[in-house]
Amino acid sequence: MSVMPFEDLESAYETLATAIDSAGAEREALFLTRLALVLGHELGDLELFKNSIATALEGLE
Amino acid sequence: MRPAGKGPLDSLYFSYPHFPARRVPELEGVKATHPVAIVGAGPIGMTAALVLARYGIRSVLIDRKDTFNDGSRAICIARPSMHILDRIGAIAPFLDKALGWRFGRSYYRGEQIFRLEMPHPPNEKYLPMYNLQQQYIEKFLHDAVGASNLIDMRWQSELSAIESRNDGVSLTVSSPAGDYRLDADYVLAADGARSPVRSMLGLRLKGDNYEGRYVIADIRMDHDFPTERRAFFEPSGNPGGTVLIHKQPDDIWRVDYQLREGENEDEVLREENIRSRVGAILADIGHTKPWELEWWSVYSANTLCLDDYRLGRVFFIGDAAHIVPIFGVRGLNNGLADADNIGWKLARVLHGEADDCLLDSYSPERRGATLDVFANATKSTRFMTPPTRGWRLAREAALSLSLKHEFPRELANPRQMQPYTYSKSPLTPYAGRDAEFAGGPLSGSAAPNARLPDGSHLLDYAGDGMTAILFCEGAPTAEQAALLTQLGKIDKRFVALPIARQGSVSDAKAIADTDGEIARLFAAETGALYLLRPDLHIAGRWKTAVPGEIVQTARICLGSERP
Repeated sequence: MSVMPFEDLESAYETLATAIDSAGAEREALFLTRLALVLGHELGDLELFKNSIATALEGLE
Repeated sequence: MRPAGKGPLDSLYFSYPHFPARRVPELEGVKATHPVAIVGAGPIGMTAALVLARYGIRSVLIDRKDTFNDGSRAICIARPSMHILDRIGAIAPFLDKALGWRFGRSYYRGEQIFRLEMPHPPNEKYLPMYNLQQQYIEKFLHDAVGASNLIDMRWQSELSAIESRNDGVSLTVSSPAGDYRLDADYVLAADGARSPVRSMLGLRLKGDNYEGRYVIADIRMDHDFPTERRAFFEPSGNPGGTVLIHKQPDDIWRVDYQLREGENEDEVLREENIRSRVGAILADIGHTKPWELEWWSVYSANTLCLDDYRLGRVFFIGDAAHIVPIFGVRGLNNGLADADNIGWKLARVLHGEADDCLLDSYSPERRGATLDVFANATKSTRFMTPPTRGWRLAREAALSLSLKHEFPRELANPRQMQPYTYSKSPLTPYAGRDAEFAGGPLSGSAAPNARLPDGSHLLDYAGDGMTAILFCEGAPTAEQAALLTQLGKIDKRFVALPIARQGSVSDAKAIADTDGEIARLFAAETGALYLLRPDLHIAGRWKTAVPGEIVQTARICLGSERP
């Protein structure tokens, strides 16, 4: 997997936070699900996508 | 605020002096124009007076209060500030009393997710950070002010009017000993966040306010933990809010805790609520022994500053010019850099050693530093106090992933800022020469220090004016010597520091670079030259001396040539 430089990761973090606000509280789950599907498609690798899902699910409270 | 039954100055650890009003010459009808009047005797005003005094410039320092600040407030002194305190001759008591540190820890739900380690090159004279209560900072500076016969300190002296003209500034001062007019060539407004000078001159701070609020409480406890910055995200001791803990001298600890949205400020500031919230936080970090409450206050983050830090002959320094969020510990430190910056420039202008156009560089340099702090502080503030649901969710995602994964941990870095780099300043005209170097400090940045074999440090030998650090073989060449002579003619305070490679010292005044460490620090080969300003920032660096550019840079730093 590629490693994002920290400055880019930070920009990604900021873009995501702002996008969640643009989606609005009622549609944020739909937005985040769409985002995950788009990213999975861009990733083009099912195993990697499944691993990412597992990482995000782990320790979820 | 202090616990019930205690006066505003009843501290557990600090005895407040009481300073009487003095009968001053103006009240006896003596007419005098002072070179500099400084309004506000907090850490920034006193440091400005001491920087001026170092150059032999007299100043009058007025403050409406009769003693030091009533609460602790600023507690972190960064390395560049220690250099300023060193050069004004006030450092000794700070080193005796302050607690130096360089590490920190961030926790999420009780588990450590980030280890902060501030760089500390072995060559440096001072640690990256020192904790000391603001009362002590003020006391130590005031002791130095008292020891100077160039500073006329006037307590209980309140500014009631200010008139700024082309040829000077007139202040009206009210004191218990009487009211009088005080004339000065220049005024430094160091009168804090609510600056009366600022409002009397019709100026306003502009910028943003952040929603998140923190309670700041100082307590005394016998608690065994090193001097580190601890940040607790989602701690069970303060559900829904972040907690910060810092150690200070005299067993005093600073506990900052974030309030939840919608909490009533009057309610949370009641003593019993402070006690129960702090008690829960202490239980959470395993402190079960008794503790005492010293002082508390409430805080919300702001990024506010003036459009211009200068209005004619009045210069704004410290909080009077800018309010920055606390999380980057830049309030006090940036203020001290303001005082140093305007101090050396004003001193040289008042001595006739520099043209007054040099003063034009104060606002762009220091306002630039403020905007740089804002950019970083905005990021850390959004992490410390997420403003919206989107930012709260993103932070929770990053923090919870940090428990098992390395990649998001850096987001929890408190960004304790490095000093500002004046690379785009008009006083740094040849920053393009950085490209000639494979590394080392950039033009405009604070010079690194180097430890010398006798235990002293390279920057101890820097001058009050421009300083050239020249890397040479044995001794300067004839060409280099001619350049150094010329610089000495332009600047009477000029100091040349030849650095000679090991085994090559033939000039008695040269500093021997026994293990080549100084050359490594500056990424310098033989023939390289660094030109430092009086505030130890690098005005320019050349791989091989280019006399025309070096002389021009020195002239610009003395205002004798416009950039």
